[in-house]
Amino acid sequence: MTTTTLAVLVPLLPFLGALTGLLLGRTAPGFVRPLAVLPTLASLVLAAVVAARQGGDAAVDAATELTPTGSVPIELALHIDGFAALTAVLVGAVATCVQIYSTGYLRDDPRYPSYAALVSLFTSAMLLVVYSGDLMVLLVGWEIMGICSYFLVGHYWETPEARAASLKAFLVTKLGDVPFLIGLFALATDAGSFRITRILGAVANGGIEHPTLIALLLLAGVAGKSAQFPLHTWLPDAMAGPTPVSALIHAATMVAAGVYFIARLLPLFEASQAAMVVLAVMAAVTMTGSALAALAQDDIKRVLAYSTIGQLGYMTGALAVADRGAAVFHLLSHGAFKALLFLAAGVIIHAAGTNSLAAMSRMSNLRGRVPDAYWTMTVALLALAAIPPFSGFFSKEAVLGVAEHVVTGHTAHAPAAAGWIVLLAGLLTALLTAAYAMRLWLLAFHGHGTEAPDHGRQPLTMTVVLWVLAVPSLALGGFAFRALPGWFDGHDLTPTLTTSVLGTGVALVGGIVTYGAWRHTTAHAARIPLGAVAAHPEGDAGQVEAEAIASHEPAYGDIAYAPDPSDPGRLLLGPLHRHAAAGFHLDAVYSALFVRPVRAGASLVRFLDREVVETYVRGAGTLPRWLGAAVRRAQTGNLQTYVSALLAGTVVLAVAAVLVATGA
Amino acid sequence: MHLAYPAVLSALLFCTGLYGVLARRNAILVLMSVELMLNAVNLNLVAFDVWLSRTAEETLHSGQALTLFTIAIAAAEIGIGLAIVLAVYRNRGTSDIDKLRDTVEGHEPDGDASDSDASATRATAEKAEATA
Amino acid sequence: MTPAAAAGTAAHATTTAAAEAQGFLSPTGVEIAFLLVGLVTFGAALITVTTRQLVHAALWLVVALGGLAVEYLLLTAEFIAWVQVLIYVGSVVVLLLFGLMLTRAPIGRSPDADSGNRWVALTVAVAAAAALVWVVVDAFRTTWIDLDGAPAGSTEVTGASLFQHWVLPFEALSVLLLAALVGAIVLSRKAKAATSAAAPSAPGGTDTRRDTEGAR
Repeated sequence: MTTTTLAVLVPLLPFLGALTGLLLGRTAPGFVRPLAVLPTLASLVLAAVVAARQGGDAAVDAATELTPTGSVPIELALHIDGFAALTAVLVGAVATCVQIYSTGYLRDDPRYPSYAALVSLFTSAMLLVVYSGDLMVLLVGWEIMGICSYFLVGHYWETPEARAASLKAFLVTKLGDVPFLIGLFALATDAGSFRITRILGAVANGGIEHPTLIALLLLAGVAGKSAQFPLHTWLPDAMAGPTPVSALIHAATMVAAGVYFIARLLPLFEASQAAMVVLAVMAAVTMTGSALAALAQDDIKRVLAYSTIGQLGYMTGALAVADRGAAVFHLLSHGAFKALLFLAAGVIIHAAGTNSLAAMSRMSNLRGRVPDAYWTMTVALLALAAIPPFSGFFSKEAVLGVAEHVVTGHTAHAPAAAGWIVLLAGLLTALLTAAYAMRLWLLAFHGHGTEAPDHGRQPLTMTVVLWVLAVPSLALGGFAFRALPGWFDGHDLTPTLTTSVLGTGVALVGGIVTYGAWRHTTAHAARIPLGAVAAHPEGDAGQVEAEAIASHEPAYGDIAYAPDPSDPGRLLLGPLHRHAAAGFHLDAVYSALFVRPVRAGASLVRFLDREVVETYVRGAGTLPRWLGAAVRRAQTGNLQTYVSALLAGTVVLAVAAVLVATGA
Repeated sequence: MHLAYPAVLSALLFCTGLYGVLARRNAILVLMSVELMLNAVNLNLVAFDVWLSRTAEETLHSGQALTLFTIAIAAAEIGIGLAIVLAVYRNRGTSDIDKLRDTVEGHEPDGDASDSDASATRATAEKAEATA
Repeated sequence: MTPAAAAGTAAHATTTAAAEAQGFLSPTGVEIAFLLVGLVTFGAALITVTTRQLVHAALWLVVALGGLAVEYLLLTAEFIAWVQVLIYVGSVVVLLLFGLMLTRAPIGRSPDADSGNRWVALTVAVAAAAALVWVVVDAFRTTWIDLDGAPAGSTEVTGASLFQHWVLPFEALSVLLLAALVGAIVLSRKAKAATSAAAPSAPGGTDTRRDTEGAR
């Protein structure tokens, strides 16, 4: 088969798997698991073959136009360069891991068939986004991901948190998608095509008339999808979904789509200095803010969610300094270790029976219960904190190195301001990232107190996946940074000495300071009992997690916060802790700025409708009703009355006819 | 003879019958009034037939033939009408027209009550009839 | 009220319509007879529709129908006149009396012989009478019926026309009468439980049949 055929099959197979899964889910439950895992696995293999054949050489382009669609043609187009090939491999790998993990995680879930089908559809949509060479086709995948995330985040729809979170995820991403769509139209109008290759050609020839406007419009959609400030608020709440879904969304699919989209169209963004600065500011605010918030979260998954937002900030930061190689490199390594983090967190939640770090810090021997999760999570957290030689170190150093490169005067592609912003924010975030990674590790695995509850052995499908993912988390960066430039734009991704020393130094400082704070505060832990544990030795992990999510707010008073004085984050952040736990009150700001005015407007409209419009309607109805009442009174049931009226009418008519006939 | 005499008499009789149909309460009196109206029409038919047979040399005598038909139909009508009135009387215990108001607007709940009343009176009426 | 108004209107109309070849002011003997009998007939009809004694109403109906028979005679339609006497006075009124008795109509004055619709009925009837009399008088005040010569409605003439020109309708009418007969029987039968009590009303239907057959 040609590379094109293989590439077409890559998104198609999970899509067909999703279709058959939805159709057969009820009638043939035995086929659901194979139908979920095998197409995804096959598309992973095919994506690997496509990547091997493409090999970082010239991009594979293929297009077919199904039907004429007006002024700007829409084509089914493939555009596979090194970025697309490698991202597709990542998507396939993470999706396969998630599918395998889900078979154990949602073992007893009655809605597993639809869940697995939606995950397959989600994967297929992301692969479509990755391979598509036509922006309209890309948009189709983009929107399918939106709706799939809505369904998957709301998987535990019995809990109000999940319902609210799924709606929020859908609406916030849609809020970004509207300007995104307008931006796409404006771009296609300027370039005369939706094909990425032609658009890039038009950019190179200076054929785009409003690059800043278009770039900013597209940026809104990217911010929504990739959870960048100020549209990131849906991502922490999306933790109300099952853990494998979080892994899928955070590691490979949804949030990666935005970064990947900018990477594809980077020359367009480079054409506008303003857009690059906006991108840099956005990245800086996102990464520092989210790192601070992560340090204050109590829910283990929310910590990871904020860390995802921060790492995405690194990627957009790399794009802001015009190096998509570094961005996609970080995307790949982050995909591996973030998927591992989430899947390990799922195991921990299952074993501990709670998602609260405060409760975990009051359990001893949790690491003994789940040794696989303990070791793999340690690897992943080291990668997250960018400690050499884990993969996160290389990709993050690539980003910082590029920023430093720009700062030192190589401003051909990006403004120096963007470089400074990204470099400083990146270093600050490296410090904070190490701090919250350390805090997570200490609180989760080094608690004191009662023995952790026994949930039995974790299913093999769940633990094996963790080790599979631990390999790239450990080694991908070190092996890839030399090979990847050949696949990408050719920029050097080797860590530079200055940034390596600086970055690793601040990371170590963050880790050590957190350790010190923990040593100081952990003495209080035993004195203040805290926590609620959902114990279902028989139930599957999904059930435990759903209960943990549902009980967090009643038990601790807030979905993200626990009144735990032994938390080292509280000591480190000081007065900032309260605000950071609430995500710097951005939700409250949105509520004040948008929700309340809309509600007020709605109640005004409701008032107008009820009291004003309906009054007219009622008034219009009154006259016929009176007439009807009068006519009804005439229905006496007495035949003589009817005949009297009939004959009176006849007489009147006859007289009238006679008068008319005689001309009187 | 002036044609106006029978014509006016016919009109007056017709309207008398009309009044009777509209104003009488007893169904049999209403039937009588209907007979009056039919007779008024008959008078008209005869008078015009006599006039036409003389002035227009008309030999068909359609007016008189129709009069005969009308008389026959009136006889049939009175038979059927009385049968209906008797049936109503047996069912309802009355032949008063203004008490036959089943088609009145808003007739839902008291319909059953009046029906049961009517059946009760009918039962007593039948008993009386049987004893008589 | 009704007779006064109607008669007044009629009188007014007749007086204004005079001054023709045969004026209304110089009536012939037949006309005088017609007028007198007509007044009696009309009066009897009025009493029929206004009296409070139901049986009296039937008897006054006899007077009105008999008066009409006399009017037919005066119009030289003798066969019709005798048929009128036979059928109406002889059978229809008898049937009506039967009906009154079977429905236990009260003997003597019944206070509620008229329904509450009386005044509406009166208005409609007076208006209709005024309109009809006005139109009829306006149209036929100059028309003259020549009653001399051979009678227009002798039995021979009527029989000839009936059985020459009107045979088919006549036969169709007999079918109608049969249907009426069957219908009357069906209607007057009681429900199955009381079939034995069906006897009193059954003669009504057969009476009709016999009388109408006799009328032919």
